[in-house]
Amino acid sequence: MLDNPFPLNKTDLLKAYRTMRTIREFEERLHVDFAKGDIPGFVHLYAGEEACATGIMMHLNDNDRIASTHRGHGHCIAKGVDVHEMMAEIYGRATGACRGKGGSMHIADLSKGMMGANGILGAGGPLACGAALAAKHRKDGGVGITFVGDGASNQGMFLESLNLAAVWNLPVVFVVENNGYAEATAMEWAVSCDSYIDRATGFGLPGVTVDGTDFFAVHEAAGEIIRRAREGGGPALLECKMARFYGHFEGDAQTYRAKGEIEDLRANRDCIKLMAARLKEAGLAAQEELDVIDQEVAALIEDAVRAAKAAPLPQPADLLQDVYVAY
Amino acid sequence: MSRKISMKQAINEALDLEMSRDPTVILMGEDIVGGTGAPGEKDAWGGVLGVTKGLYGKHGDRLMDTPLSESAYIGAAIGAATCGLRPVAELMFIDFMGVCFDQIFNQAAKFRYMFGGKAETPVVIRGMVGAGFRAAAQHSQMLTPIFTHVPGLKVVCPSNAYDAKGLLIQSIRDNDPVIFCEHKALYGFEMDVPRESYAIPFGEANVLRDGDDVTLVSYGLTVHRAMAAAEILAQEKIEAEVIDLRTLSPIDRDTIIDSVERTGRLVVIDEAHPRCNIATDISAHVCQHAFGALKAGVQMVTAPHTPVPFSPVLEDLYIPSAEAIAAAARRTMGITAADQTVAA
Repeated sequence: MLDNPFPLNKTDLLKAYRTMRTIREFEERLHVDFAKGDIPGFVHLYAGEEACATGIMMHLNDNDRIASTHRGHGHCIAKGVDVHEMMAEIYGRATGACRGKGGSMHIADLSKGMMGANGILGAGGPLACGAALAAKHRKDGGVGITFVGDGASNQGMFLESLNLAAVWNLPVVFVVENNGYAEATAMEWAVSCDSYIDRATGFGLPGVTVDGTDFFAVHEAAGEIIRRAREGGGPALLECKMARFYGHFEGDAQTYRAKGEIEDLRANRDCIKLMAARLKEAGLAAQEELDVIDQEVAALIEDAVRAAKAAPLPQPADLLQDVYVAY
Repeated sequence: MSRKISMKQAINEALDLEMSRDPTVILMGEDIVGGTGAPGEKDAWGGVLGVTKGLYGKHGDRLMDTPLSESAYIGAAIGAATCGLRPVAELMFIDFMGVCFDQIFNQAAKFRYMFGGKAETPVVIRGMVGAGFRAAAQHSQMLTPIFTHVPGLKVVCPSNAYDAKGLLIQSIRDNDPVIFCEHKALYGFEMDVPRESYAIPFGEANVLRDGDDVTLVSYGLTVHRAMAAAEILAQEKIEAEVIDLRTLSPIDRDTIIDSVERTGRLVVIDEAHPRCNIATDISAHVCQHAFGALKAGVQMVTAPHTPVPFSPVLEDLYIPSAEAIAAAARRTMGITAADQTVAA
């Protein structure tokens, strides 16, 4: 056995691997079941981007809040939202995380610090500032994290929140998940600056760019930024360069992508394969150990789908419930 | 014990009392302290019209000036509300909702329902509404119907200092997002207000004047126009009942129906534009649920379907007048202008 070259022990490394595999299995399964017509509505898959959510969320606890995006399944799983409740929600069931009222784009679990996936791109910036403000008010060391894609990084709401966070010195981290596409439009065309570090600097906060397919790079960079925020050092921006394996939404023919692009991503920039190779190379995990995790994850997702399909539907009376606390 | 104070002072007092009672209440907005980071005095303004003046001295950093950045700070107030604070965010002029409306109607309003009843967003967004200040098209709108249209929002619009204090205290204690609309033309209006704290429940209209001939329903500034119209009508032996809605969502429909069932006549007055507003909402409800009680068609007196004009001569025409309300009431009585000429 070689010395562990990573800042995480084997238990945590395998936990991270399991989280990434859970996200991948969850998304791959949705891809198949959506194509069969089992799932209503819009679904945006996080497959290929698992290292980002996992590497960041390893540093957080339930007291830390995240404001997610339309592509939120990975954030939910990494933040500890129950996979069965998530699947039931996506199937529109009464047992879902939001009792079937939210669906894929609005999964939330405030008890886990998950403030919601969000169908409005860029809306999480101000909300995470609010979470950070509440943590600062309570002096409990909590942080707020918001995720945006490269597309939503152009939204006024997001840009305003960078300024507000800097002015109020909030413990908030802005994560730009740059997968190269705003829906079908290229990031290179739609984002006017060459570097997100420049954009952060323009708002008076530090920016860091990492390879988002490298779990270890994300984990290290996020750790430093989050520690700094917790200690009162203020906000920061973290850009993770990602690889989106599927389309903007399920059903997207992706004709705007280059020929062979996705095959290349899957072969060479698959964050899970890359992590597994590093773990094996360091002698921290044998393929057999990873296979066991893969099998357990597959069984978990299979059970989540089975349970979701068998779960009760919302009742007609639920239509009118929970608009207000009291009205 | 009560004493005469203005609506502006009543709002200040409500904020002060709630901040003293509950440490989770924070205030934020543009220049609500005034002078942050500037070389002169801090607490220089206390809000653009001085509504929050003096609170910084008592509550310190729980009042936060913001960058001129409504999307960011209104959203931050909403985010903080889901995390255990009770923020009161000042939008200054309600017209500025245009730059931050997503956070209000797509975020705050929907969290509870969209998250299966598991979220609470106890945020208050205060903003000035209404015309009469020569503030022109982008600083004078009513806009209450836009908020009232959205499920998940509560909408409050007091007509006087007593109600403003009690309704704002209720708004801060309420666990749902509240849009608190302050008519700027009423800030200086004084009346007896108790010193102590009190909350006025939402969804309870106030019958300001009893009458058996016609029901006048309104909210905000035009409540005062309706009262003036009732005085005009009284000289003509027409007794008008005047109802002040106080809250628009929830809305007290029972009090309106009870009154219309007695008077058989309804005039609804709304400073908002005429299409899809509070007046049309009430009119539709009464027609659907008390049609048999109506002795005449429902009349509506509203602002016209125009932006708010600047020139004082035009702006004065824009706001529903007491005479226009009285004329509408006469129409429900079957009294025409010709009848009045004969009577005169």
